[in-house]
Amino acid sequence: MADQPTAFERFVQGILPENPVYRQLLGLCPTLAVTNGMKPAITMACSVAFVLLCANIVISLIRNLLKPHLRIVVFTLTIATFVTIADRFLAAYLFQMSKTLGPYIPLIIVNCLIICRCEVCASKQSVGTAASDAIGQAIGFGLALSSIAAVREILGTGMFFGMRVLPSAWPDWVIMVLPPGAFITLGLLLGFVNWIGIIKSRRSVND
Amino acid sequence: MSRLRNSNLFQAWLVLVLATVFGTALAGIQSKLGPIIENNKIKETMERIPSLVLGEDQAEKTMRQKDFLAIEPRVIEIKKNGRTKFYTVYDALFKDGSMAGHVAKASGQGYADNIEVLLGLDAGAETITGLFILDQKETPGLGNRILEKPWRDQFLNKSSNKRLVVVKGKAGKAYEIDAISGATISSRAVTGIVNKTIADVKAQLIASRKSGTPKSKNGNIKETK
Repeated sequence: MADQPTAFERFVQGILPENPVYRQLLGLCPTLAVTNGMKPAITMACSVAFVLLCANIVISLIRNLLKPHLRIVVFTLTIATFVTIADRFLAAYLFQMSKTLGPYIPLIIVNCLIICRCEVCASKQSVGTAASDAIGQAIGFGLALSSIAAVREILGTGMFFGMRVLPSAWPDWVIMVLPPGAFITLGLLLGFVNWIGIIKSRRSVND
Repeated sequence: MSRLRNSNLFQAWLVLVLATVFGTALAGIQSKLGPIIENNKIKETMERIPSLVLGEDQAEKTMRQKDFLAIEPRVIEIKKNGRTKFYTVYDALFKDGSMAGHVAKASGQGYADNIEVLLGLDAGAETITGLFILDQKETPGLGNRILEKPWRDQFLNKSSNKRLVVVKGKAGKAYEIDAISGATISSRAVTGIVNKTIADVKAQLIASRKSGTPKSKNGNIKETK
């Protein structure tokens, strides 16, 4: 186990170097579906963060009891439980938001980002490492979601968090809040992040 | 002993234990949050009813005068083609007990998923007094424009005697509804739900009025004046 990354490395990696959306291309369903506004994007990011953290901690606690051929069942069971809790909480205390997000909260169950972290980190490392890994990945996921949502909401409706930021003369690019806008934005931002990565690595080679 | 150890059930002990623990936890959470969620849904419907029956301006006015409407839910049963359909209808009553109007909850297939609407009708179920979309999953930016007030307001003051028809372009006649451009199917779906609801509940609303449930007695007297 000596070559496993430490808790701090796990935390940092999740934010940018191994960003779940821009680097690993995981969890793209919510990334595309709920980023037509900042509010739904932030709510989704928080729900995923809650589920990721809880699932990672529980799986890490029982990691020595896991049987290799039954581990996926245990992961899914754990994730589904916390997703249901998140879904019920939203319906109880953020009713309008839960209506906006519709089926995408229950769909966190099949978000491969979470099962990936259970498999890669939580089922192998201690609770502290698993928790910091979850927080790092959740921040990375939240950053990715909010960056896409910011572009789409501002260009698509001229608003940010529901407040007008562009002059009302701005012709709302409706396509940006429609599904094609999600693909266009994700593609461009993905290219941009990779381009920055290439420039950075070139620079470090030259040094 | 080794046979027991190798049995599938024994190997799955962790899954079984976790399923039981998680299941119990979820049952606990549901029993705590379930009533709150139900409340949210009922509250949303209740908040809508005054403006659906009286119109938005009038509803605000009555609110300010603390002259609340009494709202009584009931279930209307429709037998059609051998199947029984149920509608939840809310009767809105003025303080003096006279009928202000009815709000029927109805749903039907939209472009994406079920669309759930609240339809306001006046006391005699003669004209539409309001339409609100409770739940929909139509295409954002196109179909979900059925949520927008200007489109929904087309239904206001339409007679319940004639089927409403969706037209593309300019709606001219009294029974015509303008389709949302790019969302004809969603527009037709909502209009279809409205037509079907009226066809189903209108007769019963009028019948229950004539038979005079205790609360609507005053309404009947008013009518004869």
